[in-house]
Amino acid sequence: MLNILYFASVRERLGRSAEELALPAGVRDVAGLIRHLGQRGGAWEDLAGTRNLRCAVNQQMVPLESPLADGDELAFFPPVTGG
Amino acid sequence: MPVRIQEADFDIGSELADLCRAEPRVGALASFVGLVRDVSGGDGVSEMSLEHYPGMTEKALAAIVGEALQRWSLIDALVIHRVGRLLPGDRIVLVAVAAAHRAEAFAACEFIMDYLKTRAPFWKRELTAAGARWVEARDDDDRAAERWRQPGG
Repeated sequence: MLNILYFASVRERLGRSAEELALPAGVRDVAGLIRHLGQRGGAWEDLAGTRNLRCAVNQQMVPLESPLADGDELAFFPPVTGG
Repeated sequence: MPVRIQEADFDIGSELADLCRAEPRVGALASFVGLVRDVSGGDGVSEMSLEHYPGMTEKALAAIVGEALQRWSLIDALVIHRVGRLLPGDRIVLVAVAAAHRAEAFAACEFIMDYLKTRAPFWKRELTAAGARWVEARDDDDRAAERWRQPGG
């Protein structure tokens, strides 16, 4: 299973803060998962087009081309604005 | 762990005193405090809320402090970042660095703050007369962090 978290404006647009999802067949990296989620339609379709979408795998910020494996914790969020 | 995420306010004086207590090697203590402003993009701000990614936030901040300790000859460092609901004038963040001399303390304090701005998973949402909105990341912050990039880093 993948544990997927959504934060800030991404969470608000999707109307969801977390979900568990079996690693879909054929999905090897973050970009592939975004394409898979986009098949849900609506706001999910826009996820791929989100400007500056950021991703963390196992709590490390990574590029969208990064590989995924079963058991990973994945998070999608906008650029950070702390401090 | 020199990193704390908390809803509660912090006392700058006692935090700075704690950082160099029983450390007579400290000759320089540099600190930065970030505050909630009552204006943003020309609009009045009445309230701010700060969201974060529990778990990753602590790791990201610890990594940033760890990198600062490697790059400069420091004696200790501290980051406190608040989350939750904040009002104009409230303290948001404290970065403090103790070193033997000021050059290291100033540089490391600025480095930690610049990296925190671009790498630590916090998100600000501000309330204005027009409603609530997420604060947009600033290109200036990316450029500020970029200054510290090292070959291969």
